[in-house]
Amino acid sequence: MYKILLKQDLVPNIHLFKVAAPAVAKKAQPGQFVVIRIDEKGERIPLTIADWDEGEGSVTIVFMEVGTTTHKLALLQTGDFITDFIGPLGLPTHIDEFGTVVCVAGGFAVATIMPIARAMRAKGNQVISIMGARNKELLFWEEELRRVSDQLIVTTDDGSYARKGLVTEPLKELLEGDGKVDRVIAIGPSIMMKFCSKTTEPFGVKTVVSLNPIMVDGTGMCGCCRVSVGGETKFACVDGPDFDGHQVDWDLLFARQRIYLDEEKCSFEQWQSQSGILK
Amino acid sequence: MPKLNLNREPMPRQDPKIRSKNFNEVALGYSAEQAQAEANRCIQCPKRSCTEGCPVEVDIPGFINAIREGDMPEAVKLLKDKNSLPGICGRVCPQETQCEATCSLAKKDAPIAIGRLERFVADWERANMQSASSLPAQPAPSGKQVAVVGSGPAGLTAAADLVKLGHSVTIFEALHVAGGVLMYGIPEFRLPKDIVQAEVDYVASLGVKVELDSVIGKLVTLDELLNNDYHAVFLGTGAGLPMFLNIPGENLNGIYSANEFLTRVNLMKAYRFPEYDTPVKVGRKVAVIGGGNVAMDSARCALRLGADEVYIVYRRSEVELPARREEVENAQEEGIEFKLLTNPKRMLGNEQNWVVGMECYEMELGEPDDSGRRRPIVKEGSEFIIDVDVVIVALGTTPNPLIASTTDGLETTRWGTVVADEETGKTVKSQVWAGGDIVTGAATVISAMGAGKRAAASIDEYLRG
Repeated sequence: MYKILLKQDLVPNIHLFKVAAPAVAKKAQPGQFVVIRIDEKGERIPLTIADWDEGEGSVTIVFMEVGTTTHKLALLQTGDFITDFIGPLGLPTHIDEFGTVVCVAGGFAVATIMPIARAMRAKGNQVISIMGARNKELLFWEEELRRVSDQLIVTTDDGSYARKGLVTEPLKELLEGDGKVDRVIAIGPSIMMKFCSKTTEPFGVKTVVSLNPIMVDGTGMCGCCRVSVGGETKFACVDGPDFDGHQVDWDLLFARQRIYLDEEKCSFEQWQSQSGILK
Repeated sequence: MPKLNLNREPMPRQDPKIRSKNFNEVALGYSAEQAQAEANRCIQCPKRSCTEGCPVEVDIPGFINAIREGDMPEAVKLLKDKNSLPGICGRVCPQETQCEATCSLAKKDAPIAIGRLERFVADWERANMQSASSLPAQPAPSGKQVAVVGSGPAGLTAAADLVKLGHSVTIFEALHVAGGVLMYGIPEFRLPKDIVQAEVDYVASLGVKVELDSVIGKLVTLDELLNNDYHAVFLGTGAGLPMFLNIPGENLNGIYSANEFLTRVNLMKAYRFPEYDTPVKVGRKVAVIGGGNVAMDSARCALRLGADEVYIVYRRSEVELPARREEVENAQEEGIEFKLLTNPKRMLGNEQNWVVGMECYEMELGEPDDSGRRRPIVKEGSEFIIDVDVVIVALGTTPNPLIASTTDGLETTRWGTVVADEETGKTVKSQVWAGGDIVTGAATVISAMGAGKRAAASIDEYLRG
């Protein structure tokens, strides 16, 4: 059992948990993830690691309420326990001295990009971050990301805050601008990662994306998370989650993410009716 | 000399029509009368050839004699002296190629049903004895620490033997429950999970610490275990990496590795979805590719989930099926259709990326290959299509490279297995032993247990050296 040391509601449907997991905290690196299981009947889901504190023995995860598991998770409070918390899994993001690195975060992936941006900057890169959300209410950690970046650009789809538009627009401007961009890290919803990759492709700038297919064990055992990269089948859990965005078969990823849409709906409706929570 | 009784006591089983719709255990187990009758058939020959056929050298004539004499606690004691997992072995060991094959009555085609008697003794103990009452005397502590990586049959056996010898043992398990393939792979109807849990609990009650959720190679490396508190490490991480066919269309939705399908169904209990949160696709027409026990398990799970038609698609003929005869018969009785001498060429999908068909070749058998079995050869121009909406690929597994790739100085083969001495399990790396599927590639529960046992003896010798 893993204790929730702190719960923070970042925006109405996005939450942060700081979880006591000293051994995971000791080994965590940027870009890695954990697999959690809430309770005895729960499924195993992957969540990226947003932060860790070896001294405190804690690992921070940030998640958005989407299906049954994340809604159940959102009901837990500081002091409650998560049954299983397994990690750190996956290969860490490749951190090196690249020059200028653009870190693009869509939605709640700002939490995932934070440790990567921090590590990239610590390595001596110039870090330009772009964060985007649908609207002002869904934005969080603007100041936090600004602190670990040399420059920060914020966008909202509806223009309710900062620049109106999608993250791909300032990304394209940076690529067309005077400054050289050596590497792009794009993390967020799959569709956003796909379009960031499409944006950078004509410029030939290596673009790393963090794929989020459905997983079960997260250790290479089941092959549920298989993705096609450069024509080869890879397991995102052990070969990734980071891959070259220009090589990813995005349509396959989208299709495989939809495998359980019917079951996810069924599970969620059952949970809603049982728990008396109707939205 | 009394007349030989050549009538093996049959195993009572659930009716195929009923059992194909539920996940309850198929084989129901002997009654006390049946066990007594079967035990009475044993001639207690002085050769003890049955024990020679057992990879863990159980005193088989001894425990059978105790059943005959009605001394069940003695039967339990004799059985568990060598085998810490009798409820599991009694159910899933291939006795027909081991102890029962070497039984003196095997020549008369009527070997003693040793596996069924073993199961009877284990089930009797669980129902009638406090677990503490069967615990062996506490050994004198050796002061040595051993880490066992993986809690499948090899790891559990090694851990139990080592703790009984006085060593302090910790098992590290990557998943959220202990048992390895016994929990995620073998289905409930063949090996109930409460029986696995009871035997894991027994090993823990001997004093073995079990650390779940611990992915060695990620959370802690093997070298870190050795640098910290452990004097020796046993690797029993099995063969957990699924093999695919590498044919076009294999990533279509609806195509599972057997590992994923069985993990969802057994470990995550998807057969009880949505009570349990993990779903699994229930196909109408399900094709399982492969002919081993895992293929039979997958097919029988798919049937129980509610599929209309389930096929075993196998490239050789019936005699080459690697599955246990008993499991093939169980599958046939339940209505699994065998499409033999058939091999997939490619998977066909619809616009939503769902599998809808499988194009297959007809095969014929040629000369024997390296495995001694006749080589399957494609009949050119024989392609035909089988309609399917779920495909389960059960072609076998290879070891997960996670530990070998994060450890200095372990030798591996080109199949990813770890090189270890056959007799002792000793690897080329100092203080590290390995056994079970990680060394042999996918094999049986009992051979993994035998390897765990031999490695434990070698580790003990080293620690006392």
